[in-house]
Amino acid sequence: MIQLKTSEEIEIMRRAGRVAAMTLDMIGENIEAGMTTAQIDMLVEDFIRSHGAIPAFKNYQGYPASACVSIDDEVVHGIPGKRVIHDGEIVSVDVGTIVDKFYGDSARTYAIGPISADKKRLMETTQKSLQAAIDKARKGNRLGQISAAVQHVAEQEGFGVVRHLVGHGIGRRMHEEPQVPNFGSEHDGPELQIGMVLAIEPMINLGTYDVKTMPDGWTVVTADGRPSAHFEHTVAITENGPDILTVA
Amino acid sequence: MAKEETITVEGKVVEPLPNAMFRVQLDNGHIVLAHISGKMRMHFIKILPGDKVTLELSPYDLTRGRITYRYK
Repeated sequence: MIQLKTSEEIEIMRRAGRVAAMTLDMIGENIEAGMTTAQIDMLVEDFIRSHGAIPAFKNYQGYPASACVSIDDEVVHGIPGKRVIHDGEIVSVDVGTIVDKFYGDSARTYAIGPISADKKRLMETTQKSLQAAIDKARKGNRLGQISAAVQHVAEQEGFGVVRHLVGHGIGRRMHEEPQVPNFGSEHDGPELQIGMVLAIEPMINLGTYDVKTMPDGWTVVTADGRPSAHFEHTVAITENGPDILTVA
Repeated sequence: MAKEETITVEGKVVEPLPNAMFRVQLDNGHIVLAHISGKMRMHFIKILPGDKVTLELSPYDLTRGRITYRYK
């Protein structure tokens, strides 16, 4: 069942979303070659806690850190550790926050130093696909219109849309109904209603859409080893159209 | 954090096993091993052979599932 949120609940979620967005702004200012992914995780955890929120990923189904840091061919759920970030890489950082029992979830991919034209196009397209999807998050549309919008933008550029992982409803839990796939027909899925809140998160690969999970049980990588980008916003469907909650 | 996509299918319980596990025959004939969702366990929903149920499968392992609903 899809849990609809009242406007008061959406305001609490906006506070959670705001901390997530500020965290990602802070990472954008600090991330650079030479850092380890564990250092990023530490920055994320300290920042979230010092802004009155709880890191939502920590211990989520056993996940050991506050951020997911995924480099190049890592699609999502990269576990922070000793790996050092280098120039020319693209690094996706995904963070979750809890404020007053409500969740916020957002991700961005950062370019480290100069990157190849392919990676640049991949990042821009993924961002554009998220924007196109958010624009479909309106009352009366079908959920499939969000999915189809991502797929259309990404496949037009010849990129692969990850199918094994999906966006999700969000609220009192991180993962609620409905699943928000990044591919599919615009005629599918439930009709969007006022009060639905969705984490929309295109994961777009430069090559094949196929992915595999590493032996750590979390890190998802592209099957062909080519890079992948990931952007995510938590978006509420309101009377006035899509309302992005994860802004600073 | 992205969610692993799950596939929702329907089936019929053929055999209860220990540890709240069940053997379930899907409508397409496949037999899978399924456990019962935490919420159903919390609400003491009894599942018996012959019951029609909804289960979630992970695309990674289509032989195991999670029962999320029992039809009355």
